Amino acid sequence: MSAANLVTSVNAGLAVALESDERVVMYGQDIGRNGGVFQATAGLQERFGERRVFDVPLAESGIVGTAIGMAVAGLRPVVEMQFSGFVYPAFNQIVSHVARLRNRTRGSMSLPMVIRMPYGGAVRALEHHSESMEAIFAHVPGLKVVIPSTPHDAKGLLLAAVRDPDPVIFMEPKRLYHSPQQEIPEGDYELPLGQARVVQEGDAVTVIGYGGQMRDIRAAAAHLKRQDIAIEVIDLRTIYPFDQETVVESVRKTGRLLVVHEGPRSFGVGAEIVSFATEEAFMYLDAPPRRLTGTDTIIPLPASEHFYFMQPEHIVDAVLELIET
Amino acid sequence: MIAGPLQLLAPDGTVPAGEAVDAYADYRMDAAQLLAAYRFMVSARAADEWAFSLHRQGRLHTYAPSTGQEANSVGSIMALRQDDWFVQSYRELGGLMARGVPLSNYFLYWLGYEAGNDNEVDEFHLMPVAIPIASQLPHAVGLAQAERYLGTDRLAIGFIGDGGTSEGDFHEAMNFAGVWKAPVIIFVQNNQYAISLPRSRQTASNTIAEKAGAYGMRGVQVDGNDVTAVFAATAEAAEIVRSGGLPTLIEGVTYRVAAHTTSDDPNRYREIDEVAAWKNRDPIVRLQKLLRSRGLASEEELQASIEEARQHARDEFDRVEASAAPALEEGFQHLYAELPPLLQAQLSERRRLQERTGK
Repeated sequence: MSAANLVTSVNAGLAVALESDERVVMYGQDIGRNGGVFQATAGLQERFGERRVFDVPLAESGIVGTAIGMAVAGLRPVVEMQFSGFVYPAFNQIVSHVARLRNRTRGSMSLPMVIRMPYGGAVRALEHHSESMEAIFAHVPGLKVVIPSTPHDAKGLLLAAVRDPDPVIFMEPKRLYHSPQQEIPEGDYELPLGQARVVQEGDAVTVIGYGGQMRDIRAAAAHLKRQDIAIEVIDLRTIYPFDQETVVESVRKTGRLLVVHEGPRSFGVGAEIVSFATEEAFMYLDAPPRRLTGTDTIIPLPASEHFYFMQPEHIVDAVLELIET
Repeated sequence: MIAGPLQLLAPDGTVPAGEAVDAYADYRMDAAQLLAAYRFMVSARAADEWAFSLHRQGRLHTYAPSTGQEANSVGSIMALRQDDWFVQSYRELGGLMARGVPLSNYFLYWLGYEAGNDNEVDEFHLMPVAIPIASQLPHAVGLAQAERYLGTDRLAIGFIGDGGTSEGDFHEAMNFAGVWKAPVIIFVQNNQYAISLPRSRQTASNTIAEKAGAYGMRGVQVDGNDVTAVFAATAEAAEIVRSGGLPTLIEGVTYRVAAHTTSDDPNRYREIDEVAAWKNRDPIVRLQKLLRSRGLASEEELQASIEEARQHARDEFDRVEASAAPALEEGFQHLYAELPPLLQAQLSERRRLQERTGK
C-alpha cells in the first residue's frame, strides 16, 4: 500500500498500464516533458521513453482520430484531452467513429482505447475549463463513461478501462485531484466497470452521486449521521452502462431517492436514474424522487461558480425534506 | 518539380515522350498489371452502373457512384501491398476490386447492412466506408504510425475528395503526418465537385497537391484518368514513405461523371458540355486504346471482359438480395464486446414488443 491522492493515483495507474503492456501508448498535449497540466503523467516519459509517452500537435480531433488508427493496428492508446471543455473538436471522431467501429464492422474491428480528461469545476479555472458533459457522452451508444471519485477507485478503474476491449471516456474530477490521500495498493489491480459502490449503508434515503460531488455527499452523510439519520450513499463510478441493480435494490430498501451531480439537470444523468428508479421501484417509493444538480445554465466564471454546485448544506436540506415527505 | 499533372498515357492511348515519362521508368506497369487493371476497372464500372440501375428499379437505396474515377482508385491500390492499410471514403469501388474485396459485401453495405463492412481484417487491411467527410484521414495517419511503432514496414493510404480538403480533419491529418513523418499516403480524388460545389470554390490554391509543402509532405499531382500515372506516382510514394521518407499527398485529377448520389441531379449545377468533355477522357477507354495498340487484347476480348463483369455484378447482387435479411438483434450484437445488463434489458423489452405486436 502507498498513500496517494487522486492525481497521483491516476499517475500510478498509467504507469502500471505502460509497464504491463507494450501495446499501451500515451499521448496528448504537454503530457511528456511537462507531465500534463495537472501532473497526471509526470515522470512517465522519463521512465518509459518518448516512443511510448509523447506530445503531439495541439489538435483534439487529430489526437482522437489517430488513436482510432492506432487501436485498429493493435495498439492500446490512452490519450488525454487537456480539459474536458476542449474535447468538442474531437466530438465527430468520438461519436462517428470511436463509438461505432465495432458495430459498423460487425465486431471484426474494435477500439480498445481510453480518452482521459479532467472535468468539472470548483477550482476557479478559466472559462471553458469547468464543464461537466458526461451526459452528452453517456447518450452516445457504443461508449463507456467512467468517473472515479477516490484515489483507490481512480487507479483500479483506469486499469480496467485501459484493458477493456471497448473505448472508454475516463473523466477525472479535477476538484478532487488534490483531495486527501488514501492508502491504495501499490501494484496492479482492476475494479470492474459498470459497478457502483455503496459508500455508506443506510435506510433513510438513497443518495446517488459520482465524481466531483461525492465529497459533498459524504460530508452531508457525516452531518446527518450525527443527527442519527443514516442515508445510503452510492457512488455510481460508471455513468454508462450504469449499475441498475445496485440503484434499484437501494431504492426499494429506502423508498426515497436523491441524485446529485454537477452537470445541467434536464436530460442529465439524474434524469435517467430517476426515470429508471421510478419505472422499476415505483411501488416502493414513499416520496417523489429528487435531483440536486447544476441548473440548465452555463457554468459561471470563477467569481460566481460556487452558486452552481450543490454544497453539503443543500444535500442535508434535501434529505431532510425527503424524509419529512 | 513537374509542371502540370503527371501523365504517362495520353487520352489517345499513346505514351508521351519526355523527362516525366523517363523519370517514372521504374514504375511502369507490365502487361499482366495492365490487363489486371483493366479487369478491376471494368468490374467497378459494371457494378456501379448496375447499382445505379437497381436504384431506379427500387431495389437499392441511395447510392454514391464511382464511375469515371476508377483509374485513381485502381492504380493507387494496385501499387501497394495487400497488407498496406486501405482507408477509404465511399467512392473507392475500383480500389476495392483491386484489393479483392467481394462485390457481394459492397452490395450488402449499400443494401443497408453493416455486415457489408465486415471484411476479414488480416486479409484485406481495409477500413470500412467512412461517410463523415475527411474524418477517416487521421485514422490512416494513426494506422501508419502504429505500424512503425510495431516495427513493420506497412504503410497506410487514406482517400479523400477535393471537398474534404476544406475540412479540419484534412489539416490535422496532414499536420500529424508531417510532424510524425508517418508512412502514409494521402490520396485526393479531385473529382471537381463536392455535391454541387466546384473545386474552384472549395479552395483558392492553384492545385491541391501544393498544399503538401506547408505540412512538410511531398505533393504530387497526377492525371487521375491515367491509371499508369496513378500507379507510378503511388508506387514511387510507397517506396519513399516505406523507407522513412516524406509522407506524400497525391492529387489525382479526375471527374465525377455521375451524380454525387442517386439523390441529386447534377444538371442543376453543371453544364452538359463539361460532362461530355470529361466523358471523352474516360479512363477505361484510354486503357483500352493502350491494350489494343500494344497487342495485349483484341477488341473482342476487351468487350468480353465487360460482359463478364456485368454478368458477375448481376449475379452477385441477386445472390445478396435473396439471402440478406434484417434481424432485430443486429444493433445489439456488436455494440460492445459484451452486452451490458442495461442493454440486455432493452433488447428483451424490444423482443417483448415484437411478440405483442408482431412489429
